[in-house]
Order: sequence, then structure tokens, then C-alpha cells
Amino acid sequence: MLRLENITKRFGALTANENITLELAEGEVLALLGENGAGKTTLMNILFGHYRADEGRVTAFGKELPPGKARAAIDAGIGMVHQHFALASNLTVLENIVAGAEPRWGLGSDRAAALAKLRGLSARFGLAVAPDALVADLSLGERQRVEILKPLYRNARILILDEPTAVLTPAEAETLFSTLRLMAAEGLSLIFISHKLHEVMRSADRVLVLRGGRLVAERQASATSVDELAELMVGRRVTRPVRTRQTAGDVVLQARGVGLIRGGRALVADADFEIRAGETLGIIGVAGNGQSSLVDLACGMQATTTGQLALFGARVETVSPRAFVRAGIGRVPEDRHAQGMVGEMALWENAVLERLHEPRFSRAGFVRRKAAKAFTEDVIARFDVRGGNPTTRTRLLSGGNMQKMILGRNLLTSPKILIAAQPTRGLDEGAVAAVHEQILRARANGMAILLVSEDLDEVLGLADRVQAMVKGRLSPSVATEHLDARRLGRMMAGVWDDAA
Amino acid sequence: MRYEQRTNIPPILLFVAPLGAVAVALLLSGILVAIAGAPVLEAYRGILIGAFGSRLSITETLTRATPLILTGLTAATAFRARLWNIGGEGQFYLGALTVAGLGSSAGLHLPASVLIPSLMLAGAVAGMALLLLPLALRLRFGVDEVVTTLLLNFVVLLFVSMMIEGPLRDPMAFGWPQSVHVVPNATLPKLVQGTRLHIGLAVALLMSLVVWVIQNRSTFGLEARAAGLNPQAAAFAGVSLPGILVRVACLSGGLAGLAGAIEVLGLKGYVTTDLSPGFGYAGIVVAMLARLNPFGVVVAALFVAAMFVGVDGMSRALHVPSFLADVTVSLSLLTMLVALLLVSYRIRR
Amino acid sequence: MTAALDIMANASLWAAVLRIATPLLFGTLGALLCERVGVLNLGIEGIMTFGAMIGWLTVYQGGNLWLGLLAAALGGAAFGLLHAVMTVSLGLSQHVTGLGITLFASSLTYYIYRLVIPVSGSPPTISPFQPLSIPVLSKIPFLGEAVFSQTAPTYLAILLALALSYGLARTPLGLAIRLVGENPHAAEAQGIDPIALRIAVIAFGSALMGLGGAFLTTSAFNSFFPTMIQGRGWVCVALVVFASWRPGRALGGALLFAFCDAYQLRLQHVIGKVVPYQLFLMVPYLISILALLFVARRAQVPQALMQPYRRGER
Repeated sequence: MLRLENITKRFGALTANENITLELAEGEVLALLGENGAGKTTLMNILFGHYRADEGRVTAFGKELPPGKARAAIDAGIGMVHQHFALASNLTVLENIVAGAEPRWGLGSDRAAALAKLRGLSARFGLAVAPDALVADLSLGERQRVEILKPLYRNARILILDEPTAVLTPAEAETLFSTLRLMAAEGLSLIFISHKLHEVMRSADRVLVLRGGRLVAERQASATSVDELAELMVGRRVTRPVRTRQTAGDVVLQARGVGLIRGGRALVADADFEIRAGETLGIIGVAGNGQSSLVDLACGMQATTTGQLALFGARVETVSPRAFVRAGIGRVPEDRHAQGMVGEMALWENAVLERLHEPRFSRAGFVRRKAAKAFTEDVIARFDVRGGNPTTRTRLLSGGNMQKMILGRNLLTSPKILIAAQPTRGLDEGAVAAVHEQILRARANGMAILLVSEDLDEVLGLADRVQAMVKGRLSPSVATEHLDARRLGRMMAGVWDDAA
Repeated sequence: MRYEQRTNIPPILLFVAPLGAVAVALLLSGILVAIAGAPVLEAYRGILIGAFGSRLSITETLTRATPLILTGLTAATAFRARLWNIGGEGQFYLGALTVAGLGSSAGLHLPASVLIPSLMLAGAVAGMALLLLPLALRLRFGVDEVVTTLLLNFVVLLFVSMMIEGPLRDPMAFGWPQSVHVVPNATLPKLVQGTRLHIGLAVALLMSLVVWVIQNRSTFGLEARAAGLNPQAAAFAGVSLPGILVRVACLSGGLAGLAGAIEVLGLKGYVTTDLSPGFGYAGIVVAMLARLNPFGVVVAALFVAAMFVGVDGMSRALHVPSFLADVTVSLSLLTMLVALLLVSYRIRR
Repeated sequence: MTAALDIMANASLWAAVLRIATPLLFGTLGALLCERVGVLNLGIEGIMTFGAMIGWLTVYQGGNLWLGLLAAALGGAAFGLLHAVMTVSLGLSQHVTGLGITLFASSLTYYIYRLVIPVSGSPPTISPFQPLSIPVLSKIPFLGEAVFSQTAPTYLAILLALALSYGLARTPLGLAIRLVGENPHAAEAQGIDPIALRIAVIAFGSALMGLGGAFLTTSAFNSFFPTMIQGRGWVCVALVVFASWRPGRALGGALLFAFCDAYQLRLQHVIGKVVPYQLFLMVPYLISILALLFVARRAQVPQALMQPYRRGER
């Protein structure tokens, strides 16, 4: 049904896709597996006409697609479910779905027909949505249903799903997989992009593994294993550093009944947690359940609306990033590009920005540039930051090196507490291992660590205790020894009566 | 077509960009000269001679560049922190009016060394105050400052008109609406005797140095830059955005007010509603041509000043409307934007 | 006090309201369309200036009044295209480009005007649009004189506001425009080309701005003089916010604004002796700022406003 032949795509010096050929049969679920940056999304963007390939061609149903035209791909029956939903939140569900489907110069639109068609699709694939609701008011799961309905409405026969489970609870993901099965049974062909091995094994017929822009392996799902796929994906045996037992010290950070209300919505509600020195507390949860707000509270970005936060046994009085940093809190924000670093500034400037007003980095309002650069050199050397010197513009660093820089600028000042929010999101396996090692070392040095993550393996690997976050609430904490993926999944769905 | 950001911009390109932009703008204006039926090469020569041909014309160009340096710094400092201060024109006038008001009556017996700096400061404060108002509206109510600063320009000009036809009216001006003269003690000394060039130029140059030091050596400068480039990351690092913006506004508005003050004290001695031929707006062009660099502002201001002074002389001789200068200057802003893009990106198919 | 109220009872006030509202309405609709596809067009002040001049000049050179309007629309579209290429295709700063267009368009306007009319004296005049009385309706007492005895472009502007209001809300093209302004990535994913649509809409919106300028010289007055736009373009930009980006409300906003302006003009005659006239002239600008103040927090800004779109980038 679909054929990509010898696709090559370069961005400057980087080759994102190199000579990739793949075929898709009717009713087949094909998984495209690879690490972040392996070229999966680029390949699908070429297929869908967002990008124009440097070489190669795409044929669907026997006809070659003109490159670089999303419209042509849609008309040929190809649909894409984007990882970052391509939805307009101020428009209604129906508007999002029918936009672009009707004749451009029409003087009106046939709402009744559109509604009927949408209702039919909803019923057929079990994708219930409220057509007149604003997308802004929908949950992430509902938004994804809208996102899937969009190509179906355009009669897509081939569906590309880019990391579709990123925002779903394990239970929601299960529902999604059965929907996908249903679609395949109806003769739709699916390409499913993921870096999660278990999902791929569960849902796909056939798996293609991409690494460094090349197609490195093809396996039938029935004839491979998670371990084999992991090795193929990373290119070597995967070893993440492991946590060793150690006794925790005094409680250094404590939250009692903490809540954050913004715009009438409780983003965090009645949250209790405590962290001891030399201990890691993991907060697990599906994206969008209030973790960002919890991190904001712990980083001094927001003052609590209710409850109280105590540092080293004393109630927190002044809430500001600077006060928290001064009190000994190291902070790794969840989005390194948006919050962690100013891409257009030099490394040294980013290294000291948080601590600019400390005497070691400034005097009488003037920056001590020598000291700042020396500090940056130190971070670079000790945390193995590659690809830059203190005067390099920060955005030139890779994600992994940027993250090492952020960790380094905090850890080098020996904070007592480290807030690590999604510390390995979007990193390749090598960088993940490096970050994990730093976090474990910090714990071994007696630091208290709050690890907020959506990655089950990461939390199970690093944390001593785990709390799940669901709709702004925190579950009671459970020692990691008593946890497995199944129980964590239930906690993430909000079932924690039996947790304690 | 796609653009790829260059990882490293060769420094030479950063100098070539404004030169290329100006060259293209001049070439395009050549078409307008031709349309006017004047010999194009002759016109270019005329502009050059008009701006730099004699000692007098050079001092005229420098005199004209003085307020442009300051309004250029006004835009450059604000834009760098993403504060869209388009109100330079209004701040200029309010600074000028303040100086004319205070300098004509009060402090009659103060020595020049005290009077002049205090009047300059007063003008700067007036400019600051005028920018702090729209900034307050932005911080408090989320009102975009672009439109408010633009609209305030008109309000201030009407206010100036009201004052010079009312309380500050010069009764000796034969009904012509202009303000009273500042006292002789408040007049800026000349830099070159027998010309109009005054020490305001030195003040403007000093200011560009001060701005450079603030931007490149002070903690405030670093924080302001971070806030401009990535407000979210700056906030995460503990930079108080409102605090930064207030200080940036003081600097930016203050420079425009100072420009107005200096123009009154150094040149005219009084205020009219045509004191500025659009210095505030031209300052935006100057700032962009300079890529917001305070030293670059000096060079860019010289170019803009030379255009105005040069075209002025040429237009009478060749019967080309003197608006040619405005066209060339505004065109160079557009070509500069494109040039900057070409410099920082590679275009690929 | 009664004098202040008497003004309102005079039908000529209400006729003036519509007349003053027309250029603002054209300009506001134009700016609104640009912003609805996600692009702030600060070129408006210059585009209106150019439209005013070129519309007048076309008629002055012997063209028909409608040809004058067409010239203004085409001129506006040309500057709009320049703005669109720079901000949409090249992704340059919308603020700075827009200001650049304003400076360029107005200086070019003055240059051309001076070239054609070299002498500065009282500006030459043309015979402008005459009021077009709508049959029957214009006979209604008071209302007929106030509303149904306008010039043709005024009716055009009002019809345009209603048409755009319907078009944006109810037609596929309107939905495409809204989607591009809210999320161009979503539009692209639906097969709508955000870049092409943005360019086309900006050109169209700028044509409307040109018409707004031309109304001043071919209908409200009969001559062109520099600085005649006097910040009307910026007022329009403020009105877009006041109208919450809706054409219907833009009509209301323009009328409200024009009422204040017309009223202050007449009030000036009544109490002008004691209050400096400049205070009255400040009123429009101050109202614009106040309008922004009242709605800024509540307004539904198009989510992609001022975000350049590059294909395949997030």
C-alpha cells in the first residue's frame, strides 16, 4: 500500500535519514523504533509532506506523492497523529476536525453532515468526543481522540502515530492499543513510532529499528524480544547504573497539605511529602497531572496557596528562585530549552545566571567574568560537557550536554537538595546513563533528591520511595522494593487505596 | 525553501550586513531620483558633498547625529530586553518641554556647571516617566506597549502644542507658537566655534559608552539580556522580569528625554512642535542598523544624519524632494532586516 | 449642560459618526484580518497614508473615484505583500518590519506627492464622493439623515464588516483563517498551507487599510496633505484588541470611537473658548488607550499571533 524508497534527508552536516526504504501492507501495524534523534519523526514528516526529502520517493497506493505537500498526502489517504497535538485550543472539536476538509471557497458549511460523519466514526472506533467542546477544555486523552479522528474523518487508510502513548496512563494506553487493533482489523495500515520497547512488542506486527538515521534492523514482533530490540536500538548492550542501599538522614524538605490554585483551578491539592538527606523520592505520573506545578513550588517559582513547605525543619518564608538557591536547593527544570538555559547566551553566562548576585560572581553590580568563566571551565571538566567552551553559545550543545551543564552548575555548588524534573526527557541512552550516574552520586554524597519523572524505569531505578501524582494529588509513598510496573500503573491511574 | 541557522557567524559578515543593506537602500533610492528626472550619480555626489564636503557640513552632520545617537540608544536598550518602546518621539518632546519650562524661569542664578546637568537630568526623568506609564499598563493589565507608546506620541505632541500656545508661550515670537527661551546660562557650550556643533555630541558619545558598559559588564545588563532572549529561563534563574523592565524603561526613556533636553539646550533654546523631524522614529532605524550595539548606534546615527543633511543640500540643487532622505533611511531598515537574516541563516532548498 | 446634550439630538452628529467611523472600520478590519492569521501589521499607518495619497492622486490625474479606491487597494496590497514576504516567508520581526513599512510607505508617499505637486501652498482639490441617499430609507426623519445619506464607501465598509463577520465564523475559508491564526501546525496537518494563506490574507487586509486611507481623501475631504492620517492606523490597531478580534465588534468599536470623536468636535465649538482645543484632540488617543485597558485581560488573542511559522519546526 505504501512504499518509501531510498529516502535521504540532511540538515546541514547532520544526516537525519540515510537511504531508508520501507513498505507497509494493508491491515498491518508497523512499529518504527528508535531513540530520540534516530530520525523516526523526520522520516514520517517526509512521508506526510511536512519535509521534502533530499533523495528518494514515496508511493502510496501505486502513485508517487509529490514531495513537500501535506495536502497531497492527505488526499492520498495518509493521516498523521502528531506527538505534540496539532490542535487549536480555542476552536471546537468539530472545527478542528473539519478544517481543510470542505471546499475552500464554499459560502457555508454543512454542519449536520459533518456531525453525522463524526458521530459514525466515533461509534465505529470507540472514540467518543463532544463535538462542540473547546479543545482547551479537553483532557490530554480526549485531545488524542480528536487527533486520531482528524485523519479518519479525511478517510485516511494509512495512519502514522508519533509517540502516541506519551501522555496516556498505562490504562489509557491499553485502550488506545485496542482501538489500533480495531483499525487494523478494518484494513487500515498503521505506522507506530515509539521508543518504548514494551509497547512495540505488544502492539506491532513488524518492527523496524532506526539508529543514527539508518534502518538497522527489521524483525517480526513475534520473533524478537525486548532485550534484543533494546540492544538494536541503542547499538550496544544497555546498562544503566544501579542504586545501592543506603540509610537516609534527617528530613530536609517537607510538604504538608501543600496546594496551588491558579485561575480557580487546583493544580496541586493537599500534597504531602518529605525527603531525607541521602534519599531519592520519585514522583511518577502521566504528563499534565500537576507535576510541573509541584516542581514550581519546590523550585521557588510559585508560593503555595495552602499548606506549608519546610526546609531543614524551618517553615519557608520567602519564596523566590534566588532564596531557594541560596538555601541550598539545586534545580533541574523540566524543559531545558525553555527554562534551563538561554540558548543565545554563552555557556558561562548560563552557568552563573542563577547565582549572579553571590559575591563570588559579582561585585558592586559588575560581573566577575574571570571567576564566572573559571567556574564554567570547572563544570565542563568535571561533568564531561562536550562540544563547547565557556564562550560557546549554549544552543549549540546537544541535549545531553546541556543537561550535564545544568546538573553541573548545581552540583558543583554542593546543594543539600536537588530537584530533578524529567531529567532525561529526550536524551539518548548514553546521556541518560550519565545523568543517572550523577543523580546517584549526589544521593551517595548525602543530597536529598526529588525526582519527578514520567519514565517508569527511571523512577524504579533511581528512587528509594515513590509517590504517584494524579490530578494534582499525591499518593502515599511506597518503598520501591514493593513496587512493580503493574502496581505503579495502577497508582498512576489514581488507585492507591491499597498502596500504603 | 528552508533556512538553517548558522552555527557561527563570521564576524566580518556582521560588518558587511549593514553596509550591504545601506548600499541596496541607496541603489533603490537611485530609482526614485531617476524618476524625479535628476542625474543619479550627480545626486549621490551631491549627498556626499552635502554631508561631508566641508568643515561646516561635517559639523552639521555631527550636530544632526547627536540626538539620533541618543534616540538610537533608546530603541537599542529597550529592544534588547524585548521592551517595544516606540515612544521615543514622545519622550524626546517631553524631555525638551521639561527643559524649556524649567530652564527658562527657575535656576536663573545657578552657574552653568550646575544648571546644565540638572536640566539634562530633568529631561531624562521626564522621558523615563513617560515610558513608565505604558510599562505599568503592560505589567498591570497586560496592555501591549507598542500601541500605547505610539499613541502617547500624539498625546505628547498635542500637550507640547498646548503648552507653547499657553503657559509656556513666548510673547516675543510674533504669534508664532514657540516656547520661551532657556536662560543663557543653560545653553550648551559649542564644540567647534562658529558652527552649531555643541558638547551634546560628547554627552551622546559618553552615553553610548555607558550603555555598553551596563550591557556588557554589569549584572543588570546580563539579566536584561537573558530576560529579552528567554524570559521563562530568566525567571527560572531568579531574574525579576518586572524589575528588569522598569530599569530598562528608565534607561531607554531617560535617553530619549535626554536627547530632547540636549536638542533644546544645545541648538534652539526653545521648543516648537517641529523640533524633531522624527528623531524618535529614526532612532529605531539607527538601532536596527547597529544591530542594537551601542557603538554601532554611533556609526548608524552618522549615516542617518548624513543622509538628511546631504539630501537637504542636494535636493535644492537638483529639484529632488528632500523626502528622499526619509525614503532611503526607512528602506535601509527593511534591507537591514533582510541582510541580518541572510547573515545568520543559510538558505537551502 | 443642555448644550452638551443638544449636540446629540442633531442628526448631523450621527451622520458625522458614520463618516468618521468609515476609515477606522476599513483599517480595523484590515488589521484584524492580518492578526487573525497570526501577523501583526504595524505597517497600517503608512499603508493608510499611501492609500490616501494614491487614491487622491488617481482622481486628481483624471481617474474615476472608484479607480482611485482601486489604486489605493492595490497599493495597500503591494505593501501588505512586502510585509507578508518579510514576516511570513522570511520570519522577520513583525514589530520592526511593520514599523519599517510604515516609515517607508509614508516617506514614499510624501516623496511622490512632492514630486507631483511641487509647490507647497494650499493643496489642490478633487470632487469627492457625494452622499448617496438610499431610496425610501433616507426619507425617514432623523434616521434618514443620520444613517442613510452617506457616501458609497461608507455603506461598503459596513457591508464588509458584516460579510467578514459571517465569513470568519461560518465559511470553510474563515475556519482555515482562524485555524492558521490559532495554530499553523494544525492547519498544515489538515492540508491547509499556512504560509500561502497568511500571505494572501495580509495582502487583502492591507488592501482594506489602503481603502481606509483613500476614504479620507476621496470622501471625507477632497485633498491630500501629509500627516493627515494622524495616528488613525495606530487607533485601528487598538480597536482590533478592543473588538476582541471580531469583525462585528470592530463595527461597534469603530462607531463608539467615532461617536466620541464627533462629539468632542462639536463640544469644542460649545466650550472651546475655555478649554484648550488640544485637550479635545487628545481624546481619540486617550480613548484608544483606555479601550485597551478595559479589554486587554479578557481578550481572546489568536494564539499564534506574532509566532513565525517555519514548516516542520516546532
